[in-house]
Amino acid sequence: MQQEYLVQDPFKTEEYMINMGPQHPATHGVLRLLLTIDGEIIKKVEPDLGYIHRSIEKMCEYDTYQQIVHLTDRMDYLSSHINNEAVCLTVEKALELEVPDRVKVIRTIVGELTRLASHQLWWGVFGMDIGALTTYFYAFRDREMINDIFEETCGARLTMNYNVPGGLMFDIHPNFVNRVKAFVKHFKTKLPEYDSLLTGNIIFQKRTKGIGLMTAADAINFGVTGPGLRGSGVAIDTRKTHPYSAYDKVNFNIPTFTDGDVYSRYKVRIAEMWESLSIIEQLIDNIPDGDFKVPTKAVIKLPKGEFYQRVETARGELGVYINSDGNKNPYRVKFRSPGFSNLSILDHLSRGYKIGDLVAIMASFDYVIPDIDR
Amino acid sequence: MTNAELQNSISTWNPEFTFTEEATEFLTLTVAKEDWYKIAQKLKFTPELDFDYLFCVTGMDYGTDLGVIYHLRSTKFGHEMVVKVNTSDRENANIDTVSDIWRTAEFHEREIHDLFGIYFNNHPNMQVLILPEGWEGYPLRKDYDDPVNMIIR
Repeated sequence: MQQEYLVQDPFKTEEYMINMGPQHPATHGVLRLLLTIDGEIIKKVEPDLGYIHRSIEKMCEYDTYQQIVHLTDRMDYLSSHINNEAVCLTVEKALELEVPDRVKVIRTIVGELTRLASHQLWWGVFGMDIGALTTYFYAFRDREMINDIFEETCGARLTMNYNVPGGLMFDIHPNFVNRVKAFVKHFKTKLPEYDSLLTGNIIFQKRTKGIGLMTAADAINFGVTGPGLRGSGVAIDTRKTHPYSAYDKVNFNIPTFTDGDVYSRYKVRIAEMWESLSIIEQLIDNIPDGDFKVPTKAVIKLPKGEFYQRVETARGELGVYINSDGNKNPYRVKFRSPGFSNLSILDHLSRGYKIGDLVAIMASFDYVIPDIDR
Repeated sequence: MTNAELQNSISTWNPEFTFTEEATEFLTLTVAKEDWYKIAQKLKFTPELDFDYLFCVTGMDYGTDLGVIYHLRSTKFGHEMVVKVNTSDRENANIDTVSDIWRTAEFHEREIHDLFGIYFNNHPNMQVLILPEGWEGYPLRKDYDDPVNMIIR
């Protein structure tokens, strides 16, 4: 026995497989990754999905268009308002329904608040994932203000279901404008704190700079969208390329960083928060008067045909494809969720890095698992 | 390029191409499944077309036929089009993979394989992605039997 041990090469390593998840704090949901590793170096990442698959696309085939809207809350629950908006815009496009300007502006403001809340949560858990617990409390302090605004105006904090085909469920609360202004004023002083707390931290920079390098060509080839794509220097944003709601009336930049690493994607999201604040500031004093809803029939029937609408959620491009045969239920609905395509590049990006880097790479894409599984 | 220019340019490859005129905003081309892989290569690698971004892949069950809808976009020129590939064989439905042309198709095709039962030839890893192993039937097909009424009410 002793002799057998001695003839083995003590420096020989062997590849083996381990499970990461489905219950793992860094996946923020039930995502299972099968890692093939050699020591701590990742050789292959194989995602196994479906732990929270609810077959929303199949459910849609048995629902009316008004009912579909609230199912989309449950996909990317951090961009719930934007998901609702996507379905409503598709239905409105199919019906050739023009919604009042008031609706467009309110949708845009609430959408940008949603993006801010989502990025705040991302920033909090990003720090937490790589070992900085304090960020979580800073982010949730500010996010709470947005959730309170949503609670007052939309009736819910997370799954708001504020959009309906043709407009909004109800008008904004009388306090809405003042509270949004108070939040913008507050958050403008707090956002620089985010930078001083985490961005400049040398440990943070060592963990993120040069990690998970993604070229622009790879990003497009894998269908990566959102801050991930813009972190590789590609200035594509659906709000600019296919403007919807009031995005054609406001001035904003598409922040891009060219390094393509985790740090770049981090910087894009921080810059996007400033842009969102600017969009809200441009619109909040200019909410037009008018109706908050165009009357629609109780049972909406879309004309026969295929309709596609895309919006920019906090994670990237969400596409809604509706194939209608003229009935009250759609024939087929497909949600092109940003998370699903963003996940497909994970294996390609994380090969050769350590397990700790994989956590940073995953955090930089801000995966929301119900959005991936649908 | 505008839709008309795209149609002219692509028609030169094969004058028998059928561009459907359904109610949709995209130029829609239906191709035979035998030709799809070669056309996909041409769509991506022809410099003046440059469809480098496959933004949506949708499985379809038309009742008799199964099909896949590919939404394509050129990030450089901004033009977009839709390609449809159909197969009438429901038992052994198979279509050539394009996952080596657009890597994003790899996951989308695996999802469609799970939910529609369309096999993608030459796909690098055609294992179940979303459904549990050993699941019977293809849930998104129209004739899917749902004995416990999980979804169908």
